[in-house]
Amino acid sequence: MTAGPLSGGGRVMGALYRGADSDLAYSFRRNPVVVTAAIVTLLYFFGAAFADWIAPHTPFDPSTLSLGDAEKPPAWIEGGEWRYLLGTDNQGRDIFSTILYGSRLSLIVGFSAVIFSVVLGVGLGVTSGYFGGWYESTVMRAADVQLTLPSILVALMVDGVARAIFAGTDIKTDATFAIYVLIFAIGISAWPQYARVVRSATLVEKSKDYVAAARVIGIPSWRIMLRHVLPNTMGPVLVIGTIDLALAIITEATLSFLGVGIPPTQPSLGTLIRVGQEFLFSGQWWITLFPALALVLLVLAVNLLGDWLRDALNPKLR
Amino acid sequence: MAEMPLLQVENLAVHFCLPVPVAERAMGRKPKVLKAVDGVSFAIGKGVTLSVVGESGCGKSTVARLIAGLYRPTRGRVAIDGHDVTAAKDRTRAIRRRLTMIFQDPQASLNPRWRVRDIIAEPIKAFGIAGDARETGRQVDGLLEQVGLAGADGEKFPHEFSGGQRQRISIARALASKPDLILCDEPTSALDVSVQAQILNLMRDLQDELGLTYLFISHDLAVVNHMSDRIAVMYLGRFVEVADAAALFAAPQHPYTRLLLETIPDLGMTGRDREAVAGEVPSPIDPPSGCAFHPRCPYADKRCRTERPELREAHSGGVAVACHAVEEERLPPAPAGGAADG
Repeated sequence: MTAGPLSGGGRVMGALYRGADSDLAYSFRRNPVVVTAAIVTLLYFFGAAFADWIAPHTPFDPSTLSLGDAEKPPAWIEGGEWRYLLGTDNQGRDIFSTILYGSRLSLIVGFSAVIFSVVLGVGLGVTSGYFGGWYESTVMRAADVQLTLPSILVALMVDGVARAIFAGTDIKTDATFAIYVLIFAIGISAWPQYARVVRSATLVEKSKDYVAAARVIGIPSWRIMLRHVLPNTMGPVLVIGTIDLALAIITEATLSFLGVGIPPTQPSLGTLIRVGQEFLFSGQWWITLFPALALVLLVLAVNLLGDWLRDALNPKLR
Repeated sequence: MAEMPLLQVENLAVHFCLPVPVAERAMGRKPKVLKAVDGVSFAIGKGVTLSVVGESGCGKSTVARLIAGLYRPTRGRVAIDGHDVTAAKDRTRAIRRRLTMIFQDPQASLNPRWRVRDIIAEPIKAFGIAGDARETGRQVDGLLEQVGLAGADGEKFPHEFSGGQRQRISIARALASKPDLILCDEPTSALDVSVQAQILNLMRDLQDELGLTYLFISHDLAVVNHMSDRIAVMYLGRFVEVADAAALFAAPQHPYTRLLLETIPDLGMTGRDREAVAGEVPSPIDPPSGCAFHPRCPYADKRCRTERPELREAHSGGVAVACHAVEEERLPPAPAGGAADG
């Protein structure tokens, strides 16, 4: 069968073609800062995804570590070696490699947390906007209450409660478990903004006649929400999601820095900064500075992308 | 006419409760009630066009939406071909397939993220009319051609079309389920006059071709004159006059109908002063006592202010009017001809 109008393949190609030709792509190409931010972000994704191949060392395999290489400064400083580009920490782990693995963890937690809060927030937002009534009031008041608390506080609370619950059980409180708790804690702290935005967009879309047309022919509510309303509310979600990714990475780093995040055995960027800052005043500044710079660069790049997306998708600024 | 009418509406009404702030509700204030439609009865036979005209806010669109099942009526009954469909659970797939709706705003009535092909295919898929994807595509092509578009237009998105073309797409979607009854909610109000004529002619041609029945909602008397077999004039949630189109334009009975017809520009009255239309439509939240039209009616007397007139058969020829003055025959004779030759 040829790539008919209703087949999937042709449609994807068409979307790609239109995408490359769109206002968004034009505005992207015109903006060198954004292009740079996108390249930096992609480099992070690439480095995180292929850390196993790119990283010159395997910092979390104790058998490859040697304490003789501990606390080496970056390569360009007296006493540094090119084997350890950004120096080593107190256990002889290569800082560059730990940053690669750390970014991977930070990105995984950040992405998963955003996806979690998007699914939760969008789901609650579109249903409460569509159905209304006491269900809507309950969801939206819950969102209001949660918005009065700083999100880092919510994450801290959820994190603490989860640890307390699982502390006595058989479930091992290892690094993997900590990741799930973090994703849940950060994700749950961010859903209200998605719920609010999607609810208000749903209220607008619901009153339009294409929804009425679908109702007249008896399309079920869940299908109207999924196929008609949801795609028309996704623009703002994309923008908030991008900005939220930077925020989630920061929150994860903060929690890890405070010691309630990811344990040092398999550190994220935040954990690296916390572990490193103990050596700051004894002169080994590189142990904490480079992970911190890596975090700043990543968050900055993602934020720049988010800001651009917000402006580019805002019809009032065109 | 012994034949059962395709659409029968009896005493249909919908009242909306206006929201009251929590504080006031706690103090025992009752919510205000908006009687958007307040007891409307009519029937449409197969292949006939009934138009509902009235000023904006009189509830004419609400009538169409009630019949479409978009609102739940407060009271009354809607039957399609003898099947009671007042309750949502009675709207079976087989019944839903037989009625569709065309909306006013061609911008909002098509999902901007869907291709035209998918928009038109939605009813076909929902009712399982075509066997497979290939047959669906073939039917969509056919529908597009039927409304004067090309099959290739199916690949486009709604924003790539003009208002008139979009309304053609709406019509194609409405035809997709092979319905008997189409509820047209001001289908041409958002269009240029030149395009209006094209769309109206298309709708008439389709009616002749497919034997469609239209409930046609409009505020534009010229459009209504072009389209209708019968006309119902609506004022503040009620019908004030129902008559055959020709009779209504030739000899309008109700003072409100006369007032509406006066507003039509007409070559015959060049140079003559036109009577100014006094007042506006009162708020349906707080309607006038008695006949809702009495504050604007030049013939209103004490009875009109206190007693609400019922829709009654006035003359021979199937004209029904809700007016005390007509009943008591204290109205001057209908203005001769006037705008009738539209």
